[in-house]
Formats: sequence, structure tokens, C-alpha cells
Amino acid sequence: MHMADALISPAVAGTMYVCSAVAAGYSIKKVRLEADPKKVPVMGVMGAFVFAAQMINFTIPGTGSSGHLCGGMLLTALLGPYAAFLTMIGVLLIQCLMFADGGLLALGANVWNMAFYGCFLGYFLLWKPMASKNASRGRIIAASILGSVISLQFGAFSVSAETLLSGITELPFIAFVGTMQPIHLAIGLVEGLITAAVLVFVYESRPEMLYQAQTQKKDRMSLKKTLVILSACFVVTAGVVSLFASSHPDGLEWSIERITGSTELDAAQQSVYHTSEKVQEHTAILPDYAFKGDDSVLGTSVSGLVGSVVVLAVCAGACWIFTNNKRKKAKV
Amino acid sequence: MSKLSGAYYEIHHMEQLADRDQWVNHIHPLVKLVVTVFYIATVVSVNKYDLARVLILGVYPIAVFILGEISFTDSVRRVRLILPLVCIVGIFNPLFDRQVVAHIGNISITTGMISMVTLILKGVYTVFATYLLIAATTIEKICYAMRLVHLPGILVTQILLTYRYISVLLKEANTIMQAYSLRAPHQKGVHFKVWGSLIGQLLLRSIDRADNVYASMSLRGYNGEFHGAGQEKCKGSDYGYLLIWAAVLVILRYVI
Repeated sequence: MHMADALISPAVAGTMYVCSAVAAGYSIKKVRLEADPKKVPVMGVMGAFVFAAQMINFTIPGTGSSGHLCGGMLLTALLGPYAAFLTMIGVLLIQCLMFADGGLLALGANVWNMAFYGCFLGYFLLWKPMASKNASRGRIIAASILGSVISLQFGAFSVSAETLLSGITELPFIAFVGTMQPIHLAIGLVEGLITAAVLVFVYESRPEMLYQAQTQKKDRMSLKKTLVILSACFVVTAGVVSLFASSHPDGLEWSIERITGSTELDAAQQSVYHTSEKVQEHTAILPDYAFKGDDSVLGTSVSGLVGSVVVLAVCAGACWIFTNNKRKKAKV
Repeated sequence: MSKLSGAYYEIHHMEQLADRDQWVNHIHPLVKLVVTVFYIATVVSVNKYDLARVLILGVYPIAVFILGEISFTDSVRRVRLILPLVCIVGIFNPLFDRQVVAHIGNISITTGMISMVTLILKGVYTVFATYLLIAATTIEKICYAMRLVHLPGILVTQILLTYRYISVLLKEANTIMQAYSLRAPHQKGVHFKVWGSLIGQLLLRSIDRADNVYASMSLRGYNGEFHGAGQEKCKGSDYGYLLIWAAVLVILRYVI
């Protein structure tokens, strides 16, 4: 979308220089107000990054073609609109001088078409309302894609308007716009996806780098905190909630009751069952979730707590044995 | 050669050209910048049907190419970037502007054909003019000229830093891409599954580098203002160069 000098008249070029200069002047004022001495070196390096990153081609699945990064939207998400705009001016000037990508006289128009929309519209219309507060993967992806598409649509429209006002082409304005807009819609979508992929990567790895983004990523809870909460839940459930356990039969007992008329099977008279019942009577320290010969509430609570501790110990022991065996095998 | 390494060598080549010991390289950067902008503005201001005047204005690039001993073939490669868009815009002129103005044998020459050729010539001339500027002037000197016309220091410093680190990051990006292409042979471009992580890694490294740059600049006394070392004043020959080209261009544009 870089405009060449031949596509613009001096009058239009001058007007666009004035428009871009006003935006640049305001941006400089804003960046100075931030009073961050680190800002300019960061802007310089980020400009070089955008320059290098735009030379990497990304395969568009299923098409065989490729696209590249949308610099304006990416920079505005990382540096903010004002610093991003100034950085883009540097990138566009170097592209113009070193690679003849865009003209020197058309620089004002190129800055407006490619930097102004991407940085300012991208930020104030999309990044700020969508991703600045409560940033999430979905919001970042949506803001990046919409930002790239909208800024490219505005940029492409401006190219058509500037060329028309310069009286360069005989092509009717509607036909020119009709050619430019759909092409840049597709380009915008691809650039938006690439920009979204990069910004999501930044969000996942270094969220503090996103400009004014209140990333409310929940920190992983510490082991100590987890254990304290789990212990509290276990004490409350086993010691207190167990008191409110239903006295009605459970599913199995209910089924047996429906068939035999009783929740207990009449099998205790047989020798094997009789023997095992006797053993259970001797070994059970808290029969029927209560102290022996005592139906007090305390017995139920203690039964809940003791049962839970024993289950926890068995599970932890089993896990330890399993992990230890695995480690030994790995060493061998 | 990959796009990245091509860009790296292009920058290196342009720096070598700008560092040559030629008379055109020694002209004051502000004078060269003013002459270039004035020439481009003169060329694009010519009427789209005034092919003869556009042809005459080719005298500036021809003269500087010859006198400055600058390779013409190198500059032709740069035209390839702007020519497609210029041609797409210009190619419709013969279709919509069909007023016949002359005949060459059986072929009717229309105003649309003339405006298309004029447009292409303007495109080529303006690219040549920018090339001649950068082939004879380093970016540092152009930035110095920008400071002389009171462009804000924050913008100029940022441009200088961007330029300085482009080579570094192009090399780094090239290394990443080489490593990627060795692991993904016969693949055009970067697979969409690694779009984020590949560029994201380069981005994180760049930001870490920016921190180091700032730390080293602070250690050298950076306080927000960039002070150029090679400050030079305009000499008589610089004023002469400016006046000669201003006169020539005004005559070619308005008198002849």
C-alpha cells in the first residue's frame, strides 16, 4: 500500500504532510509528557523489529500464498498510540530511502495511510475498549483482527481518494475503490491473524508488555495455600457436615430393601459371613460411624475425621510408592 | 538469497556507496535533501499530458549518475517495487481517455497513452532521485539535515536508532528463519501453528535488547537528546550546487 511519488500531486502530498505533521507533533507532546527516558530506545528497537518482522513471510493455510505482520496494530498494542505512530514514521522513512518502498514526497500520505489508522484507530477504537481492560486471549484476537482489517480498509480508501484528488488516474473512483477495498480486506484478515498470534504469545509469556492492558491472569496458587484450603474443607466436611448425613438407606440398601424387605441380608447365620462379621466387630474401632456403645454426635464427627485421615494416608502412600518406583525405573 | 539477507546486503551496499569519496558525497546533506525534494515536486507537478517536459526533466538523474559515478543498474532494481502499482494505476488511462492526438503509421496515439507513459516516467525519475540522495548521503547525515530544519530530536533519534538496529534484527531474524527452514524443508513461509511463537521470540529478544541499549546509552550519559558528531557547515560549493539545480529545474519546468 506504499504510495509512490508519481501517484500524488504536490498539493495533495503537501496536505497529507501537514495532516501527518499535526498528528506527529501531538504524539511527540504526549510521549514527552510520559517522561520515560527509556521510551525512545525502545521505540527505535521496536521499529527495527517491525522492519525485520515484515520481511518474514507467513504461509496462509490452504492458499499457497503468504502474508506479513501489521506493524501499526502491533506497535500500538505494545507501545501505545503515540509512540507507535512515531515509530512507524521512522520505519516508513527508512523503507522509502533504503528500499524505494514509497516515495519521499508521498511520505506524508504513507504515514497517514499506514501509521495513523493502524496506531490511532487501532488503539482508540479497538485496543483500548476491547483489550485494555480485562485482557484475554479472545479479546486480544478480536481486537487485532478488527484493528488490522479496519485500519487497512481506511488506508486503502485513503490511497484511492488521494490518487483521485491528485488527478493521476482516469479510472473511475468507484471502480478504483471497488478494486482496492476487497484486496485489502483479505490482506487485513491475514495481517490481523498474524498480529493476533504474536500478541497472544506476548500475553501468555510477558503480559506486562502489553500497553495499559490490565491482564488479570490468575496466579497459580501455592502448594501451602492449596493444602490449607483443602485441610479446612476436609475438617468442615468430615467433622461438621457428616452430622447432617441422611439416615435413609443408600442406593444399594434401598434396592435390597425393595427385594428382600430389609436393608440387611439374612446371611449372618452362614459360617463364612458369621466369621467375617465377628472379625469386623473386633477390628472396627468406630462401628456404624460412632464410638462403641455410644451414639453421641462426637462419635460421628470423629469417625468422619479419622476415616478421612486414613483415606488420605492410604492415597498419599500409594502415590509415593508409585512415584518412587517410576523414579527408580527411570534411573535404571 | 532470502528476503532478509537480501535486505541486509542492500543496506550494507547503500552504506558503502554513501561512504565513497566522491564530490557528490561531500555536498552538504541539507542541500542534497532540498534539491531532491524540489526535483521530485517539480517532476510530479508536470501536467500528465506534457510528455516532452517530463522527458527533459530526466536531465537531473542522468547528470548526477554520470558526475557522481553511481551505478545505474543498481538503481533499476529499486524501480521494481513501485512500478507494479504505478502501472496498475496508469494502465487504465488508455482505456478511459481515448482522445486521439497523433498517428504513428497506423497506430493512433491517444491522450490516455501519453498520460500512462508520463506517469511511468515520473515514477522512475522520482525513484532515481531518492536513490541518488541515499547513494550519496548516509542516514546519519540525512538525520542531521532533518535536525537542521528543526525536526524534533525525539523523532530523529528514534529514526537513527531504528536504522542502527535494523541490521542487527535482520541478522537475528535471518538466523531464526534459517533454523526454521532447516527443520521444515520445502515449506514456503512459516506454518500458521508457529506464527505467534516464532515472531514472539524475536519480539521478546528485541525488547530485552532495547533494555540493554537503554542501559548502555544511560552509562554513556544519554539524557533524551542525541548529539551528532559530524556537524558541518554549508560551503560555497554547496550553495552553488543548490542554486544551479534550482535554476535548471525552474527553467526546465517553466521557461522552456
